[in-house]
Amino acid sequence: MESSTDIIYVDNNATTRLAPEVVEAMTPFLTTWYGNPSSPHPFGNEAAKAIVHAREAIATLLGAEPEEIIFTSCGSESDSTAIRSALETQRGRRRVLTTAVEHAAVLNLCKYLQHNGLHVDYLPVDSQGRINLEQAKALINDDTAIVSCMWANNEIGNIYPVEALGQLAHAHGALFHVDAVQAVGKIPINLKDSSIDFLSLSGHKLHAPKGIGVLYRRRFTPFQPYLIGGHQESGQRAGTENVASIAGLGRAAELAMAHMDEEQSRVRAMRDRLEAGLVASCPDPLVNGDRQSRLPNTLNICFRYIEGESILLRLYETAHICASSGSACTSGSLEPSHVLRALGLDYRSLHGSVRFSLSRYNTDAEIDTILQVTPGIIRSLRELSPFGRL
Amino acid sequence: MWNYTEKVMDYFLHPRNIGELPDADGVGEVGNIVCGDAMKLFVKLAEDKKTIAEAKFQTFGCASAIASASALTEMLIGKTLEEASKLTNQDIADFLGELPEEKMHCSVMGMEAFQAALVDMHKRHPELDVPIIVEETGENRIVCQCFSVTEGKIREVIQKNHLTTVEQVTHYTKAGGGCGGCKDDIQAILDDVLGKAKAAKEAASTERPACQLTTLQRIALIQETFDNIIRPGLKADGGDAELVDVNGDQVTVRLAGRCAACPSAIQTLKHWVEAKLREKVSGAITVVEAK
Repeated sequence: MESSTDIIYVDNNATTRLAPEVVEAMTPFLTTWYGNPSSPHPFGNEAAKAIVHAREAIATLLGAEPEEIIFTSCGSESDSTAIRSALETQRGRRRVLTTAVEHAAVLNLCKYLQHNGLHVDYLPVDSQGRINLEQAKALINDDTAIVSCMWANNEIGNIYPVEALGQLAHAHGALFHVDAVQAVGKIPINLKDSSIDFLSLSGHKLHAPKGIGVLYRRRFTPFQPYLIGGHQESGQRAGTENVASIAGLGRAAELAMAHMDEEQSRVRAMRDRLEAGLVASCPDPLVNGDRQSRLPNTLNICFRYIEGESILLRLYETAHICASSGSACTSGSLEPSHVLRALGLDYRSLHGSVRFSLSRYNTDAEIDTILQVTPGIIRSLRELSPFGRL
Repeated sequence: MWNYTEKVMDYFLHPRNIGELPDADGVGEVGNIVCGDAMKLFVKLAEDKKTIAEAKFQTFGCASAIASASALTEMLIGKTLEEASKLTNQDIADFLGELPEEKMHCSVMGMEAFQAALVDMHKRHPELDVPIIVEETGENRIVCQCFSVTEGKIREVIQKNHLTTVEQVTHYTKAGGGCGGCKDDIQAILDDVLGKAKAAKEAASTERPACQLTTLQRIALIQETFDNIIRPGLKADGGDAELVDVNGDQVTVRLAGRCAACPSAIQTLKHWVEAKLREKVSGAITVVEAK
């Protein structure tokens, strides 16, 4: 590929474009101020100041205190740290409750824990991907160490009732972790007075770089570090700080605050127009997820009788549209999406799923282009399919 | 995303020979719905009844599945049946330059479709000398292509569980649950097994209309359905269940084994356990999970 300028990027739940302001905030720490924030000299202190500033910005975005912010390398590290910590600090408790639609970062960790003798329950979801709090209540008891639930789902965009779930966890003395990787920056979050003990976020989902994450740890929550070593992050996470990325994430948090209304208004309007347009122009569509409680940027739609990878490649070849799919062929594993399977979708539908996830960098003209080219692609692939022609 | 050669992309973006041939001499249908591939191949012979005059295809699948199918049709046209029967899936991959390792099954599917078309051609034109490459018979024959279920497996579950309908076979083995193309075949196997069973034992089925059952009979029938149909079905997938309570039309069930930890347990309960009980006992039954 020669250039990315003609790309229509609608895969923002996978990763996002770096905001130019973020690059600007990072550059001094990749060039001039390369000091170690732990160094005693003023040169290192420049880096330390940048971290203080970023920590405050992120705390503001989350409605948290700066000392509740721990910088990590990614969302997965934050998830693992929180869940493993809860199991270590509450050794008598042998149960974990999570959902069937978590990201692999939580799901595969839970499977590993299960393999090592812990009891893990996976809350099922209904056909719209919703969990049932009554069911959750029945699965939490005094043996539960931690309940872990995503705030918003990466594939279908569902927003989960985390506050209520956290209260159920606390009723039995269990800790509560929220994987908020998809939620932060897209919906308002306020952790003050919330029932959330741990929260994970990832920089590259909100226009900061890859390789930087945050674990929010509510003050006084029992904690056992995952990476042990130096005294960085008040001894909660060893390893020399990724100063430039931390500075970038801080700037991204400020931008997310400034653009929150836009996510809820302009981005949502683009998503809704895309959804309505595709539903109207492509016969027999199936929109996945809970349309009453969904991220404003996410549209997951099944084009039945055809296969996702084919759709994605045609979208790219036709108009350089970058989207994603839950089909088996688009994953390295040749297994279709566990989220769409948990909804009870039949195989023929779920193989034809496409996820469009927008950001504030998308434009109305881009939505127009997607709406122009997609119906023709769907039609021509259906002409190829032995299953149906619509 | 996969790295495809230019030729794969060309055949994917501009597939040759799409569609159906209403007057085909042989039609082959193969696929695996779980993995997300299915293919239908139509082959028509020339006047000499030896040379392939036309070949068309329909494919549900990824780029390499579409490209493999299209490439196959190009390779078949103009070849004699004898020549064509010597093609291998590697020839398709070579024709396309290269296929990613994980996508080689797409080329295999192409060859399987051609072999199936030859078998079909042999059935339609027994007078022709069709070179059939592989026609598995007996126990190892794949009946359900979507879920790769053999005839042996189907015979086994029918006998062990006294199954009588295609739907039951689908619930036990998944066979017939994908494209549904093998349902007639499953019925034929059922007829065969049941015919033999009948000859061995004159057991008349006692169908009882549920509406005329007493409460006690009704509970007994629920228990019977549960023990003879539902539990064996779940066990086939490594799961199990326990009948906890029957209260009027509400049946309380506790899932166990793999079902208990299964993310789609609710679907299992609603779509399968409940459907079975409604079918066997009464349409008014609802199933709830034990708390």
